[in-house]
Amino acid sequence: MSFQRTQEKLKILADAAKYDVSCSSSGSQRANTNKGLGDATGMGICHSYTEDGRCVSLLKILLTNHCIFDCAYCVTRKSNDVKRAAFKVQEVVDLTINFYRRNYIEGLFLSSGIFKSADYTMERLVAVAKKLRTEENFNGYIHLKSIPGASDDLMREAGLYADRLSVNIEIPTKAGLKKLAPDKKREDFIKPMVKVKNEIIQYKAEKKIIKSTPKFAPAGQSTQMIIGASGENDFQIMQTSNHFYKSYNLKRVYYSGYVPISYDNRLPQIGSAVPMLRENRLYQTDWLMRFYGFDVSEILNEQHQHLDLDVDPKLSWALRNLHEFPVDVNTADQRMLARIPGLGMKSVFKIINARRFRRLNWEHLKKIGVALNRAQYFMVCESNQFEKRDLTPEKIKGLILQNSTSKYQKMLSNQLSLFG
Amino acid sequence: METKHLIYDGTFDGFLSTVFYVFEQRLTSVKIQNKFTAQQGLFSENVTIITEEEKANRVWKGVKLKLSAQGSYQLYYAFLSEISGVEDLLLDYMRYAFGQQHKVDNDYSHPSILKIAQIAKSVGREKHRMEAFVRFRLTKDQIYFGSIEPDFNVLPLIEKHFKRRYADQKWVIYDIKRGYGLFYDLEKVDLMHMDFPEHFDFTKTDDAFFAMQEFEFQKLWQDYFKATNIESRKNMKLHIRHVPKRYWKYLSEKQPN
Repeated sequence: MSFQRTQEKLKILADAAKYDVSCSSSGSQRANTNKGLGDATGMGICHSYTEDGRCVSLLKILLTNHCIFDCAYCVTRKSNDVKRAAFKVQEVVDLTINFYRRNYIEGLFLSSGIFKSADYTMERLVAVAKKLRTEENFNGYIHLKSIPGASDDLMREAGLYADRLSVNIEIPTKAGLKKLAPDKKREDFIKPMVKVKNEIIQYKAEKKIIKSTPKFAPAGQSTQMIIGASGENDFQIMQTSNHFYKSYNLKRVYYSGYVPISYDNRLPQIGSAVPMLRENRLYQTDWLMRFYGFDVSEILNEQHQHLDLDVDPKLSWALRNLHEFPVDVNTADQRMLARIPGLGMKSVFKIINARRFRRLNWEHLKKIGVALNRAQYFMVCESNQFEKRDLTPEKIKGLILQNSTSKYQKMLSNQLSLFG
Repeated sequence: METKHLIYDGTFDGFLSTVFYVFEQRLTSVKIQNKFTAQQGLFSENVTIITEEEKANRVWKGVKLKLSAQGSYQLYYAFLSEISGVEDLLLDYMRYAFGQQHKVDNDYSHPSILKIAQIAKSVGREKHRMEAFVRFRLTKDQIYFGSIEPDFNVLPLIEKHFKRRYADQKWVIYDIKRGYGLFYDLEKVDLMHMDFPEHFDFTKTDDAFFAMQEFEFQKLWQDYFKATNIESRKNMKLHIRHVPKRYWKYLSEKQPN
C-alpha cells in the first residue's frame, strides 16, 4: 500500500471515528486453534490510553466518512465541510494485521458513514471481517457497526465473522431524534438489533445440540447514547438504557458526553463544556443496575429525575433511605452489603469471605479497602464505636463532603475564581 | 533462640526447598534470603540451602492441598515480586495455612494473607500491563522484538499469553533489567540470554537492526494515537495514571518524532 495515502486516510478516518466510545475487547472466547494470528479468549486489554484518558484497545476507524445523512450531532454529516476519505478493504486488513502483530491493538472496530445505501455499506464492512477471518486466519477481536436499515442476510453474515455488533441509537428519545436527525427513524436502529438478538439466541440453542455450530457475535451487542445534546433528563436516559438492556439483551450501553462540533442552533454551541461529570454519574448508575442489584426505579423515578452531581448515586440513594441503615457487616446479606456507600463489590466479597474466620472490626475493614469516609455512617461492626448521633441526611452529606475532595471539584464550584 | 539466615539460589524451587528445610529442622526463627541480595548478619548463623526439586515438589503439593487454586497462584505471584522480605512473609503465610484444618486463603483479616493477596495483586497488575505495553518491532531477520523493564519478574507469567496469541510469528520479549528473555521459534518458547552491543539504546529503532516497513507502521501508529484523542476532553492526570511515565520509554506511540 502507498504509505503516504494510507497515512492521510488514517488520520481522517480515525479522527472521525473517535466519538464512538465503545472500546471493549472482552467476552468473546474466540481461541487461536488454527495456529493463526491472535486470540480473544482472555480479558480485554487496553494497550494504551489517549491523553484524554480513554483506553485504546481496538483500531477504531471509519471505512469512509462520506455520508448521505445529515444528522445534526454528527461530525461526518453531509452538510459539514470536512475532508472526506475512504479506505479500500485491503488497506483496513493490512493495517489491522500489522498493528496486531506489533501488540498495538486487540483487534478492529470498524464503523462507517453511509454511502449509497445501507446494504452497500454493510456489505463492505462484512467483506473486511470476512477477509480477516478466512484469508488472514485472524482470531483477534472484531467489532462491526450494524448499519441501520441493512438487510437481515447481511446482518447474519456479519455476526458470523464479528465478535460484537453494535448500533448506536445516539439520541435517547424519539422526540429528540426527530429534532436532530429527521431522516432517521428509531425503527431502523431497532431492526438490526432485534435480528442480531434473535440470531444469538438461535445459534446458542443450536450449539447445545450440535457442537460444531459456528459462533455468532459471541461478545454480544452494545449501543451508545449522546448525553446533553437534546435536553433529556437522567431519568429518561436511564429508562431508555434499562429498556435496551432488558429487551435486546445488550452487553453494554455507553454514554457519551456531547462534544460540541457544530454551530447548529439546535445544539450546545462550540466551546461549551463536555458534561463529563454527568456522564460519570450515569455510568455509576448503570453499574448499580447491572452489578449491585439495584432496580433503576430506586435511583431515578418520577420524584427524582436528576442524579446528584456532588455525591455518587449510591450515596444519594442511601441518604434518601436512611431507614435501611445501619447495616451490620458481620451478619448482613450480600444484597445489603452492596448497598452500603463506599463498598465496592470486591470489598463485599472480601468481607463475606473474611467474616467466616472472625468478626470484623474497623481496622479489618480499613485494610480490606472500604472507603470508611463514606461507609462509617451506614454500618456497624465488631466495635462499640459507631455513629450514635441521630444525624439528618443533610448533615451526613455535609460531613462526607467536608472530609473528601472530589476530582471534579473544579466543575462543582460555581464560584468564579478571580485569581485562578 | 537465635535467628538463622537461610540463603537460597533465588529460584522458586530454591525457596520451596528452604521451606522444606525449615519444617524438617523445626526452626522457629529464620530469615530467608536470596543469595544475590543476602546481607551478612554479623552474629547470625548462615545456612546455604541446596535446591532439590523433589523436596520443592513435596512442599508445592502440600501448598496445593492446603490452599485453593487462587491461594497457590497468589503465593507464586507474590514470590515473583522479588520484594525484599517477601520470603519471610510467604513462610509465615504457609505456616499458618499448614497449621489449619480448613483452607484459609480467604481469611483477609489475617495480616500475612492480606499482605500476600495485595502483593499478588500488584504482580498481577504488572503482568497485565506487560501484556498491554509490550511493543514488538520487526527486525531484519523477521523476528518481532519487544523489550521491557517490568517492576516485578513477570516474564514467566506472560509467556502463555504471548504464545497463544502470536502463534504464527517468531518473537522475543527481553527483560532488560533482569537480563533474560523469551524466544518463540514457531514451535516452543525458550529462555534466552542475549549479548547486546555496548551502549545499545533499546528505545531507538535503528535501521541497522530493524526492517524498513517497521518505520512506516510506527509512524502510522503514532498518527493514529494522536488522531483518536479528543482534545476538549484532555485529562493528563488520568492519562498518566493509566500509563505511568516509567513505561513510556518503550511505547512506540510515546516516542518523540
